[in-house]
Amino acid sequence: MDFNYEVEGGNFAKAGYAASNVKKVLKQLNVDPKVIKRVVVALYEGEVNVVAHAYKGNIRVDIDTERIIIEIKDEGPGIPDIDLAMQVGYSTASAMVREMGFGAGMGLPNMKRNADSLNISSTVGKGTVVELTTYLQK
Amino acid sequence: MKIKEIAEIIDAKIVCGESDIDKEICCGFASDLMSDVLTLDSEQLVLITGLANMQVIRTAEMADVNCIVFVRDKHVTEQMIEVAKENDMVLVECKYSMFNAIGKLFQAGLNPVY
Repeated sequence: MDFNYEVEGGNFAKAGYAASNVKKVLKQLNVDPKVIKRVVVALYEGEVNVVAHAYKGNIRVDIDTERIIIEIKDEGPGIPDIDLAMQVGYSTASAMVREMGFGAGMGLPNMKRNADSLNISSTVGKGTVVELTTYLQK
Repeated sequence: MKIKEIAEIIDAKIVCGESDIDKEICCGFASDLMSDVLTLDSEQLVLITGLANMQVIRTAEMADVNCIVFVRDKHVTEQMIEVAKENDMVLVECKYSMFNAIGKLFQAGLNPVY
């Protein structure tokens, strides 16, 4: 099962649309609520990251009976130092993002905590790709 | 503690989810930082916040939070109520400061998450 969502950079009114939609799908598929929460929290943080930092992005969600793979791809400034970006508390977010209740340097660490695997690749000046995998059964 | 008791203790107004006010709440968490809310595993939690925007509702949706108290006389928008309704959330508006609201709820026996 494949789902695609477009994400608009800077549009906080729509941030969370993809995560909300995926939550509904996973509920319908009777996925364990604890797994649903981990998946949608990670996806939501990723969506907020795109809205907060990139110009635009695309989210692809691939669900089968064993795992959920989420790929969040954006066109944006990229991340110069991924290790630094993974540190709790490190943030480059604007004042506007902070007013929305984010931007405290917890997005990527929260995503890592809630996924079974997280891969990030980024090119400065081009964009970032984050891939999250979550297994449905442990 | 029931949601309606929470509203009474802090002289607050239920603005969405009237039919769910008899639901039981086990603990409370106060934050204006949504990423902190997204780290919680607790169930039957009330979120107390001074931030009133769509992201609070989305955060609550993802974190399975069913009751939100907006303090410092912040008001919810129609759009927030719409999404809150879809997710069976109770929204409460309170005129008190965060400190005052939390103090009263803590004194009345509402437990912290940690």
